[in-house]
Formats: sequence, structure tokens, C-alpha cells
Amino acid sequence: MGHHHKESFFSKYIFSMDHKMISKQFLITGMFMGVVAMVLSALFRMQLANPGSKNPILEFLLGSNYVTEAGAMTPDAYLALVTIHGTIMVFFVLTGGLSGTFANLLIPLQIGARDMASGFLNMLSYWFFFLSSVIMIASFFVTGGPASAGWTIYPPLSAMELAIDGSGLGMDLWLISMTLFIVSSLLGGLNYIVTILNLRTKGMSMTRMPLTMWAIFVTAILGVLSFPVLLSAALLLVFDRTMGTSFYLSDIMLADNGIMQVLAHDGGSPVLFQHLFWFLGHPEVYIVLLPALGITSEIIATNSRKPIFGYRAMVGSIFAIGFLSFIVWGHHMFITGMNPFLGSVFVFTTLLIAIPSAIKVFNYIATLWRGNLQFTPAMLFSIALVSTFITGGLTGLILGDSALDINVHDTYFVVAHFHIVMGLSAIFGMLAGVYHWYPRMYGRLMNLKLGYVHFWGTFICAYGTFFPMHFLGMAGLPRRYYDNTAYPMFESLISINEVVSFFAITGAVIQVIFFFNFFYSMYRGSKSPQNPWKSNTLEWTAPVEHLHGNWPGEIPTVHRWAYDYSKPGKKEDFVPQNVPLSKGEKEH
Amino acid sequence: MDLNFIFKILIGFLVIVTIFQVVRLIELSSRLAGNKDEVTDRSNKINGILLFISGFALVAFFFWQRAQWGYLTLQDPASEHGVLIDQLWHTTMGLIIIVFLILQPILFGFAFLYRGRKKRKAYFISHNNKLEIFWTAIPTVVLSVLIVYGLIVWGDVTNINNAKDGIFIEVYAKQFNWTARYAGEDNKLGDGHVRFYAPTNPLGVVTDNMYKIQSEDLDKKIKSDKEKLLIEKNIGKQKTISDRIDRNMAKQKMFKAYYNSISEEERKAGEDDIVVAELYLPVNQKVAMKFRSQDVIHSAYMPHFRAQMNCVPGLSTQFVFTPTKTTEEMRKDPDIIKQVAEANRILVEKGQQGNVEFDYSLLCNKICGNAHYNMKMKIVVVTQEEYDLWLKEQGETRMIKNM
Repeated sequence: MGHHHKESFFSKYIFSMDHKMISKQFLITGMFMGVVAMVLSALFRMQLANPGSKNPILEFLLGSNYVTEAGAMTPDAYLALVTIHGTIMVFFVLTGGLSGTFANLLIPLQIGARDMASGFLNMLSYWFFFLSSVIMIASFFVTGGPASAGWTIYPPLSAMELAIDGSGLGMDLWLISMTLFIVSSLLGGLNYIVTILNLRTKGMSMTRMPLTMWAIFVTAILGVLSFPVLLSAALLLVFDRTMGTSFYLSDIMLADNGIMQVLAHDGGSPVLFQHLFWFLGHPEVYIVLLPALGITSEIIATNSRKPIFGYRAMVGSIFAIGFLSFIVWGHHMFITGMNPFLGSVFVFTTLLIAIPSAIKVFNYIATLWRGNLQFTPAMLFSIALVSTFITGGLTGLILGDSALDINVHDTYFVVAHFHIVMGLSAIFGMLAGVYHWYPRMYGRLMNLKLGYVHFWGTFICAYGTFFPMHFLGMAGLPRRYYDNTAYPMFESLISINEVVSFFAITGAVIQVIFFFNFFYSMYRGSKSPQNPWKSNTLEWTAPVEHLHGNWPGEIPTVHRWAYDYSKPGKKEDFVPQNVPLSKGEKEH
Repeated sequence: MDLNFIFKILIGFLVIVTIFQVVRLIELSSRLAGNKDEVTDRSNKINGILLFISGFALVAFFFWQRAQWGYLTLQDPASEHGVLIDQLWHTTMGLIIIVFLILQPILFGFAFLYRGRKKRKAYFISHNNKLEIFWTAIPTVVLSVLIVYGLIVWGDVTNINNAKDGIFIEVYAKQFNWTARYAGEDNKLGDGHVRFYAPTNPLGVVTDNMYKIQSEDLDKKIKSDKEKLLIEKNIGKQKTISDRIDRNMAKQKMFKAYYNSISEEERKAGEDDIVVAELYLPVNQKVAMKFRSQDVIHSAYMPHFRAQMNCVPGLSTQFVFTPTKTTEEMRKDPDIIKQVAEANRILVEKGQQGNVEFDYSLLCNKICGNAHYNMKMKIVVVTQEEYDLWLKEQGETRMIKNM
């Protein structure tokens, strides 16, 4: 291209301001963090299936501080692993990795813009993310180990080093890392909102946007409104930790080398932190989930060769979910001693979320109905997402009901619920997105057969890992137990734990296939045609090779919505958005 | 790192390399076969069939797990309100299972039924408002019922008036064990505060006697420090001592202020309290349990009673329930017998004595530090007569007054 000026290595690959490159950076970093978090989970699953056995891999990876003299994982190490596993998965993989990748890649390409509103802020957003990832991983190697008070870092446990080793330097690094992460997320989020509102091409009215754009738009709004609250919660915690304030702390007594010490504080309440944390924490669930739902809406419609069923209902339910997600945070706190009446209000709002969620599920199923389904790996993962969204969503009706929550709160039932509805669904959405837009990112196709093997392996292992956990929870097993042999009543649960660990570790190994496919296809994959999935959206009208500004000539004008698949009277079974309406043709 | 371990790492590495190479082989062979990474009718058919199977497999997996592990899940509730909760649980669970069993087969069935074929054309339909209203209405109605039902049960369980005719027991949490305090004859728990902690007063109960002992102790410390200060020549040490005096005087002041804020009646109430390490509950008697924590958040979880409440430092929380089955009765439950037999079998396999019996437990269910997994207390539910006898015995030795 004539106006394509030459760039140095640094400005092209490292400090790039091009949204396509930034999206790749987010994806690769997110994938790397995903591997880290997955390895952590494989390590603690070994401990749970085989309590107290030698764990040389752990010693090899993290050093002898993490194991007992006999070579087994220490209880402190266990808590550190689950804490960092949760933190990385929720924030670094499913927020940074997922939103960062697909918002950056798709927003300009799908709405018809040359780039993000601010390329510079976009670059900063990535580099804050990168820095915070590095710090989070570095926290494994400081004295006392990384934060180990659970990913929710409830004070007072997270506020005092005397309470747990991980609340020393490791907690400081956690807080610094999260602060940088929040900055990254805010810079990104503002950019996404502004770009979607202001830079849509001619004809791209809001109601013609693909559902991916709606999902990312609402996600960005949720992030911008809720992350600052986590930031303030974290700052107050920093004050309590270092400056002797008492926002979250009352008088506390802890053993210091065996001698009881009163740490004088006055009038603070740890419950305040929980309110602030979950004010972010609950929208965060949807920050993770909505982009995945948006991605699958797109993929299911394209590969069903059918319009998405009930476009307006889908957009409406995204907004309903987004709005409701701000007024349900109390359902994480039913048994904190919160006023039972307040609990009732949260039960009401929480169970309401099931309505828009059900609408989405029914619409997905209706989209499949009488379609002409093309089972690409992306499509398979999307169908799997609908399946896990149903399975995991349903148990939400139990956990959202305060009376039932009493007995399963903080048990493995919860672990099963959120891993299926949020973890698996979002990961499936992310993998679906990678398979679907890989040609758009790298100009080549990923190997199809390997994709199938990867999908089936992952799908089976996913259910095998998380479904049995419901039974652990219904047996009353609390989460975050290093070992459940301290209770005879849990002794017989080992058979379930073995099944879970088998599938978890197998599932982790199967991901090797994906990584191979990903990196191998980058260089050796077959060359992708411009529009490999015969899709309607604008990103496939841009040339395969990446160039600044996305389109060589003018940005295409949009004449129709994104879902004219198999429209009667058309020769092809798809009509891209930039094709003008023929005479007398109704829009949809 | 011993050789054995290096060997294992090597094997692990080889396994990954092997997978890698096999995967590469598949990759190359599929390319040689002229595969252009395009979805074909054949691949659609295979995946369609697999999806169809997985729909059934998922349902089958669900039933298999229930058959296999059903007996491990919690048995019938051992408390009055637990029955209400379990009814709600079974209603909700039944509903969920029905929806699960309908939707999953439909999803996977559709996937199979409408698998792509080259000659096929999808049916163009963009929306249907009637359908949309229909499937908004159904969940709305069902959820309304669930919400109302759930809130009625919640209201019953958490009603503040429940505590009225209960016996008061405090469960006190700290890293990493539990202590219980019985209210004694007056059925009133005295006030407690961590600053009143002393080795003889582990729960920091505020009574006249405790105040006297501890404040005299503080006076003594201050006095002896003041004397030391007069003889001490080293400026550094002088500073340390005078700091300690200031601290103790501040403590004394706070101590006094707190003491004065507690009414005499409440101070008296603490005197007959009984502190124990095991929790005995009389069957069919309402128990109003109060919870405190001295350090971090813990959660008192009593799964068999369907009872759980967080123990929050600086806050006193409460949960009221009535146990309905004694430990002895519970040991006769067929599922419990099966579970205990299984546990003993596993213990013997591990080379331990397989002689455990069923006991109710109080577990910590909020991450609280490295021994969180081992923070437990035995609960024994007995008949009223046995309970009275036990409490009398405890009262003779463990009463606050005697401590």
C-alpha cells in the first residue's frame, strides 16, 4: 500500500498503537496468564486427589518454600495457589485477555473505523496490563509468598501479616498489580465506549451493530462504573495496612510468636470491604460473561446461516443484565450478619437476572432451529457455551435464594456453579472467538481437525471436572480446604476428588493441542480467504493483510443489519452489511 | 532434587513432546490428504452425531453421579428449620433438574437435527414477538413463585423473635479453634471484648472480678515501670520504658471507659457464664447461637443443621435453630452408616484405625489462615437430662467466676 509508511520493529510490534496489534498483544499475554493459572490449578488438584503426597513439580516450579520437609504442598502454598489462580483467571484471562483481545480487534473493524478513538491510550492500556501481569507473577517469589487470602482478599485476613504469611509483601504486590490492572481496564473501557459512540461508519446506526458490539459496549460501561469502586476499596485497604487507619478493622487479637497481641483499631467494619468489593465483584461476573455471549451470538448466527433470533430482545437482555448486575452484590453476603430484610431485597433482584438470561438461552436455541449448522470449532465452542450457561445458570437459582444459600454458601457447590456459568462459558466464548477470528488476526486458518480434537477433549474434561463438584458441595465440603482428611465425614469424598482431578489435569494437558495449533498455524496454516466463514460483518470486507486504517480506500458504508443470512430471494446465503438494499427489499 | 524426580520430569517432558509430534503428524497428514480446513458435509455429520451423543451422555452422566455419590450428600436435616429449607431445596432442585433435562437434549438435538448440508438452506426468520413474550412470561411466573416461597422460608428462619425462648450460647472463633460459652442460670450472656482478654479469661468476658484483676495487674505494671524509670540511666531504655507506660496508661483509660459503658446488670450476667471447648446441645430445645471472632472473619458452618453464620471481628451475629435428632439417633441413619463404613474402609486402607463414628461438626467455612481446613469443633446433641447433667459438671469447673 502506497501510504503504508515503514515502521521500526519497536513501533510495529512492541509500542504499537494499531488496534489489531494491541489485540494480539492482549491475546498472547492473556493466553500466557491462562497457562500459568491452569498450571496452578493442576498443582492444587494433585494435592486434593492425593492429600499430603510429595509434589516435586511444585518444588521444581516455585522452590522449596512451597513444600514441607517431606516434599508435600504446605497449607500456605495451597491457599496461595488458589488465590492467584482465581485472581489471574478472573481478571487477567477473562477480563484483560478476553475483553482486551476482542474489543480491540473487533470494535474498529466491525463498526467501520480506522482505529480506536485514541491509539495512544489504547497502547497505554496494554502496557499497564502487561506490567500488572508481571507484578502478579513476581509476587510468587517474595518473602511470605503471594497473596493468599482468597481472590476476594477479605480483610482482616488480608490486612495483617500476622494472620497469614501471604498478607505481607505478597499482598502489597497484589494491590499494586490490581491498581495497575484497574488503570488499564479504565483506559481501555473509556476508549471502547467513545469509539463505539463516535466512530461508526456511515449507515452503521446503533441498531445495526452486531451483537458483539452491544455486548462489548455494555461491558465497557460496567467496567468504567464498577472498577473505580474496587480501586477505592483497595486504597482503603492500603491505608489500613500501612497507615494505621481503621476502615475495615476493629480491635483484633492475634498471636505473635505465641504471645497474644491486641492490635488496637476502632470502629471499622470488615463487612464494608465486602460491600465495596462485590459492588465491583458482581458486575465483574458480567464483564467476563457478556463479551463471551456477544461473541457466540455472532458465531452462532453466522454458522447457523440464520439471523440471530430476536435481535432486539438480545440487546434488551444485555442491558437488563448489565443494569441488574449493579443491584445484586449482596447475594455474596447473605450470611455475613447483614440485615435479613436487606437480604430479601437482594434475593429479589438476583433471581430477576434469570429472566434476561433465560431469554438469551431461548433465543440461541431458536437460532439453531431449522438452521444449516456449520460445525467449525468456533461453532462447537459456542454451542458448548450455551450448554454450560444453562447448567451453571440454573444452580444460580439455588445460590441466589438466601434460605438455600445458608447451607451451600462457600462450599464446592458454589465452586461448581461459578466455574461452569462464568469460567467455562467465558473460556468457551474466548476459544470460540479465537478460532473464529484467527484468520482475521493472522491471515491464516487454524487446523480444523486439531480444532475438533481440542474441542471434544476440552468439552468432556470441562464437564467432568466441574459437574461432580456439585456433589462435594451438597455433602457440605467447604471450599479452600487444603485437605479434607481432618473430617471423617469427608473421608469418602476422595472418590469424587479423584474423578475431578483426573479430568482437570487431562483437560489441562489437552490444551497443548490448542497451543500447538495456534502457533503452528501462524506460520504454516493454510492461507485464509478474505471471508472464510461467509460472514456479513464489516471486518471481513477488509483485506486479509493488516494495514493501518484497516481499509485501503474508503471505509465501506453500511446498508443493512448484520444478520441477513439465508435471506429469501438472494443467490448467496449471506449478504454483507455493505451491500445496498435492492429495490423493494425490506431491511429485516 | 533426586534422580528419581529428574527422571519423572524427563518423562513428563517426553509425554508433551510426544503429544506435540503426534499432533504435528495429524496436521501434516491431513494436509497431504488435501484437507483445506473447510467444514464439509462429512465433518458436519460426524460432529452432529457426536453432539447428539453428548446431549445424552450429559444426562446419563448426571444420573450416574446421583446413583454413585447420592448417599454422600447431606442426609435429612437434624433441625426444625432445616426441614423447611430442605423442602425449598427439593422444590427448586426438582425444577432445575427438569429444565436441565429438557433444555440440554433440545440444544444438542437441534444441533444434530439441523447439521449443515451443502444442499440445505436455512429458514429465514429474524424474530417472533409472541414467542419472545411467551418465553419471558414463563420464567417470570416461575421465578415469582420461587422468590415468594424462598422469602417466606428466609423470613421464618431469620425472624428476630425466634431467639426469645432459646437458650443462649456463644460460639467464639479464633485462629484456629472454637470455644463455646453457655449463658448459665440467668440465660444471659455477659458482654465480651478482646481488650479484656487474659489467659484466665480467653473470651474477654467483662465482669467486675475480671476488671478488678486485670486493672490491678495493669496498675502494678505501670507502677513497677515508673520505679524502673527512676533508676534507669540509659536514655534509649528510658524511652522504651516511658513508651510502655504511656501505652499501658492509654490501655487503662480505655479499659475503664469500656467497663463503665457496660451496665452493672450485664457485668453480673457474665459471672455465671460457662466456657467450654465442646458444644453440647439439648435435643428439641431452641438454641440462640451468638457468634464472635477475635481476629479474622470465620464462618460457623453446621451443615447437618442447615445452619451457618459468619463470625465477624467487632460484630456479634446470631443464628437460631432447634436440633431435632440426637447424635445417637443420627448414627442409626442408613446413609450415615454407609458413609461411616466407607470412611472406615478408606482409613484402614491408609493404615489407620478404622473406628470413627458419626459426629456433628462445626466447621470453619470462611478462609481464615493456613489451618483453616482444620478448624473444627465437635457438636454433641443429647437428651435434655443428659444435657442438664453435663452442664452442671461443666459449671463446677469452667464458670467465669472460677477462672
